Amino acid sequence: MKRTRKKSASKRLRSTPATQSSNHPNGARFTSSELEHIADRIIRWSDADETEVEIDATVDALTRFANNAIHQNVAEHTLGISVRAVVDGRTARAATNKTDEESLRRVIAAAVSLARNQPENPDLLPILGPQKYQKVWNFYRSTVAATPQDRARAVARVCKMAEHADQTAAGIFTTGFVQSVLANSKGLFARHDHTRAEFSVTILEDDSSGWAKANSADILNIDPDALFESASEKAAGSRKPQELAPGRYTAILEPPAVLDLMGSIFYDFAGTGVLDKRSCLNDRMGKKIFGDNITLWDDVYHPLQIGAPWDGEGLPRQKVLLVDRGIPKNLVYSRATAKKMKAKPTGHGFTLPNEFGEAPMNLVFSGGDKSLDDMIRATERGILVTRLWYIREVDPYEKVLTGMTRDGTFLVENGRVAGGIRNFRFNQSVIEALANVEMLGPAVRATGEESFEMVVPAMKINNFHFSEVTKF
Amino acid sequence: MMQDWASWAIETAKLRGATYSDARVMDIRQREVGTKNGEVGTLVESETLGIGIRVIAGGAWGFASTDRLTREGIQACAAEAVAIAKSSALAKRADVALAPEKPHVDTWQNPFLKDPFRIPVERQIAVLLAADKEMLRVKGVTLAEGSMSFKRIDQLFVSSIGSVIHQVKMHSGAGIVATSFAGTEIQKRSYPNSFGGQHALQGYELVEALDLAGNAQRTAEDSVALHSAAQCPEGSKTIILGGSQLGLQIHESIGHPVELDRVLGQEANFAGMSFLTIEKLRKLKYGSDIVNVVADARLEHGPGLGTFAYDDEGVPAQCTPIITDGLFTGYLSNRELASAIGETRSGGTMRSESWNRLPMIRMTNISINPGTWSYDDLIADSDDAILMETNRSWSIDDRRYHFQFSTEIGWEVKGGKLSRMIKNPSYSGITTEFWNSCDAICSRDHWTLWGTPNCGKGQPMQTMGTGHGASPARFRNIKVGVAFAK
Repeated sequence: MKRTRKKSASKRLRSTPATQSSNHPNGARFTSSELEHIADRIIRWSDADETEVEIDATVDALTRFANNAIHQNVAEHTLGISVRAVVDGRTARAATNKTDEESLRRVIAAAVSLARNQPENPDLLPILGPQKYQKVWNFYRSTVAATPQDRARAVARVCKMAEHADQTAAGIFTTGFVQSVLANSKGLFARHDHTRAEFSVTILEDDSSGWAKANSADILNIDPDALFESASEKAAGSRKPQELAPGRYTAILEPPAVLDLMGSIFYDFAGTGVLDKRSCLNDRMGKKIFGDNITLWDDVYHPLQIGAPWDGEGLPRQKVLLVDRGIPKNLVYSRATAKKMKAKPTGHGFTLPNEFGEAPMNLVFSGGDKSLDDMIRATERGILVTRLWYIREVDPYEKVLTGMTRDGTFLVENGRVAGGIRNFRFNQSVIEALANVEMLGPAVRATGEESFEMVVPAMKINNFHFSEVTKF
Repeated sequence: MMQDWASWAIETAKLRGATYSDARVMDIRQREVGTKNGEVGTLVESETLGIGIRVIAGGAWGFASTDRLTREGIQACAAEAVAIAKSSALAKRADVALAPEKPHVDTWQNPFLKDPFRIPVERQIAVLLAADKEMLRVKGVTLAEGSMSFKRIDQLFVSSIGSVIHQVKMHSGAGIVATSFAGTEIQKRSYPNSFGGQHALQGYELVEALDLAGNAQRTAEDSVALHSAAQCPEGSKTIILGGSQLGLQIHESIGHPVELDRVLGQEANFAGMSFLTIEKLRKLKYGSDIVNVVADARLEHGPGLGTFAYDDEGVPAQCTPIITDGLFTGYLSNRELASAIGETRSGGTMRSESWNRLPMIRMTNISINPGTWSYDDLIADSDDAILMETNRSWSIDDRRYHFQFSTEIGWEVKGGKLSRMIKNPSYSGITTEFWNSCDAICSRDHWTLWGTPNCGKGQPMQTMGTGHGASPARFRNIKVGVAFAK
C-alpha cells in the first residue's frame, strides 16, 4: 500500500542545535550546582572512613497509545540520592529521595550502620581519587524542549495514518533527561547529563502485525512517520501468514533481532562471570568460537552510543575489544575483580556493593557492508525476522536460548520476500549462531525490548534452529 | 501530612478542569541483602516517598508524579497531570468512562509477626552466610548464593469521589542457590524456589520458617548430582509439575492472558495481546473439568504478593472465578474496562509499582484450587512420567498461547515410584491443550501460595509481585525435551 509521507513530528519541534546541558535545563528541578551542593553536604556530614555519593535527577514523560488513541500519558520528576559508606574495611549503601537535612543525615547513618554490622570484606579497595573523563555528547536541548502536545500531535498523526490504512496502531513516544553526579570524600567528582527520546510502534491487522522502534539522545533523529511506514508495510506484507514446518533455516535477522539475542550474552564478558564459572566463556577465552566476521567492542565513546564515561565507582570507562575476528580476547573488569584475576580494571564496574561485578553495557559490532536487500537476494530459502520476544536461557554454557519471533516474520524464497509466516519458537545456541554468520550489514544503533541499546548489524545466519511454530 | 498532600492534588486538579482525579502517596522502604561464596555482596537500604496524581480531563487520562512534596510542588504536579490529559485528548476515540464505585474510607495493614527492619542486619547476614557455608561444603559446588529482600509500603489513596484509604503492606522474601560448573555444563538448584526464593506478604517469620541453612546441603548436592543424571528424553510424556513450577505455569498461561487491558490491545506494543478474546468468555473450555482457578486478592486467600484490601484505584479486594470446572469465566478488570465485558463493577486489580507509576491491571493472587490427590497417591498412580521441579527458564509467545518451560531438576516416575534423576527437563505446548490435559491435582495439604516478585509489564516498565497458589498436578501427553532437541 502506497502512502505519502507527511512532515514528521521531529521536524515540527523547535530545531535547537545539539549542545551540552546548561546549568539548569528547562524543566529540571535542580541546577547542577544544587546537585553538587547536596553531594558536598553528605560528604561533609558523614563520619564514615570513606563516603561516596551518587545522585540522579530524572525528568521523564511517556505518551502511550493503542487502538489508534492515546490511553496512557505520564510524566515523572524523581530524585535518587545514594550514599555508600566505608567503615573499617566494610561497605554498604543507603538511598533516599529526600533532600532535607534530617533525611540526608539519616541516609548517611543508615549506610554507616549497615556497613558496620557485617564481616570485614577482604576484597574491598579504597575509594578512588579525582579522575579525568573523556567528553561524551549525550545532551540535546531539542529533546528537553519536547512537550506533551508535541508527543500527542505526532501520535495523533500516526493513529490517523493507521486508520486510513485500515490498521491499528499501538506504541509509545517518550522523552526525558537525567542529570547525574558522582562524588566521593577523596575528591572524585563526575557529572553527566543525558537526554533520551524513543518512539516505538506496532501496527496490527487481523492476522498480521509489524513493528519499528528508534531511540536517540536527540529527538530530531526520531521520525515517527517513517517508523509508522516501516511497521505498516511489515503488517501489510505479512497478511495471511502461512505455516511452515519447524526446522533449521537460514535466518536473516534485522538489527533489533540481533540485539535481542546479544542481550543474553553480554554478561558472559564480565570478569566476575568467568570467576564465578557461570559464563559461557569459561575455558573458551582465546579460542576461535565465532566466525571470522565477528568483532565486538564495548565502547561508550562510539558516536551511536549513549552513556556516562565512568563506571559505578567513578573509574573512566575504557574501550575494550571483546571479540577479535571470532576469538574472545578480553573481558571487562571492575577494580576488585581485576585484582582477583590479576588483570587491569576497565571501568565497567557496577555501583558497590554488589555480587555481580561488572558488565559491558555499550556493545558495538564492527559490522559489514551488505544491505538487508543483499541478504535477501542471496537467499534461496530462509526466514526474515523483524524482532524476537521472550528470550530465556535454556543452557547457560552452550548458550542455548529460546524465544519467539514477533511482529513481522517472513519467508524468503529465491531471493525475494515471499510473504508472511506464522511465528516460530527457536532454541538456538548463540555461540553456534555467531559461528554461522554468512553476511553482515553495517552496524546501526538498534533498540528493542529484550535488551539495552546496542550498535549491531543485520545478520544472515545459516542453520538457525526454529523448533516449533505457534498458531498466529 | 499524607492527607494534606493528597488533598492539595485533588483540589488543584479540580480547579484545573479535571472531572475525576485520584492521588496516591507512597512511602516505600526496602532492604536487600545478598551473599556469595561466603562474602557479603549486596547490602542496601532505600526509602522513597512521593505522590502520583491521575486525572481525567477533556475526557482523557493524564498522570504526573513528583517527590517535591511542598504545596507548590504538588500543585504544579497536579496541573501537569491535567495538561497532559488535555494533550491526550488530541488523540482520543471516546471519553473515558469509569464503572461506578462507592467512596471508601478505611485503614488496613497486613498481619505479620516480626518486622524484618527491626531484625539486626548482622543476623540476616549470618543466616545467609551459614547457608553459603553449608553449600560450599559440598564438593563440586562452584558458586553459592543467598538473598533476602524486604519491603514496607505505606500508602494513602485519596480520590475525588471521596475515598480515603490508608494501607500498609510488608513483603518479605529469601532464597539460596547452588551452582555447579563441570565439563561443559552449568547446573543449579535453588531453594525454596528460583529467582530469589519464596516471597510473601509476611514479616521475618517467613525467612525463619524457610530454614535456609537446613536445606542448603541437599540443594547443593542436587546441583552436583545433576551432572551425572540422565538427559530428559524427547517425545510425548506424562508430566507431574511441582507446586512452584505449576505456579509459574499459571502466571504465564492463565494470569497474563486474562488481563483485560492485554485482551483489548492496550499492551500490544510491548507485553503483547492475548488469545483470550472476549467472545470466549463463558464459552471456552480452558482446562479439564478439575481445573478451577481464581483471582483472589483477599487476605483470606493467604498472604500472597497479590493480597491487599483495596486496589490502586480504590476498589475493594475481590475473588473472581477465572476458570470454573474447566470453563473460562472471568478476566482481570478495572473501572475503565469492566463495561467491555458486560460487568458493572471493576474486579479490583489496578496496581502500581510505586508513586511514580500509573496503576494498571495486574495479577493479584491467581491460584488453582486444590484437588483431591495425596502426593504419594499421585506418584503411585503414575506408571511412566517425569516429575519436574523448580523453574529454570520460561518463555511464551505474545498472545500467551505457545509456551516452553524448563526446570532445574526432574525425576523419572516408573511403575508408581520415583526413580532416577533427570537433567535439563523441558516441556512445551499450547495453553488450552495443556490445561485440558490435566487429570490430577494434589490436595490442600500440598498447596502453597507462591510469590512471584518479578512480573514485568507496562511502559515505563513496572515490576510487580504476584501470588500463585498451587499444588503438584499431572498432565498427560505433553511434549518434553524440545529445548535440547538438535
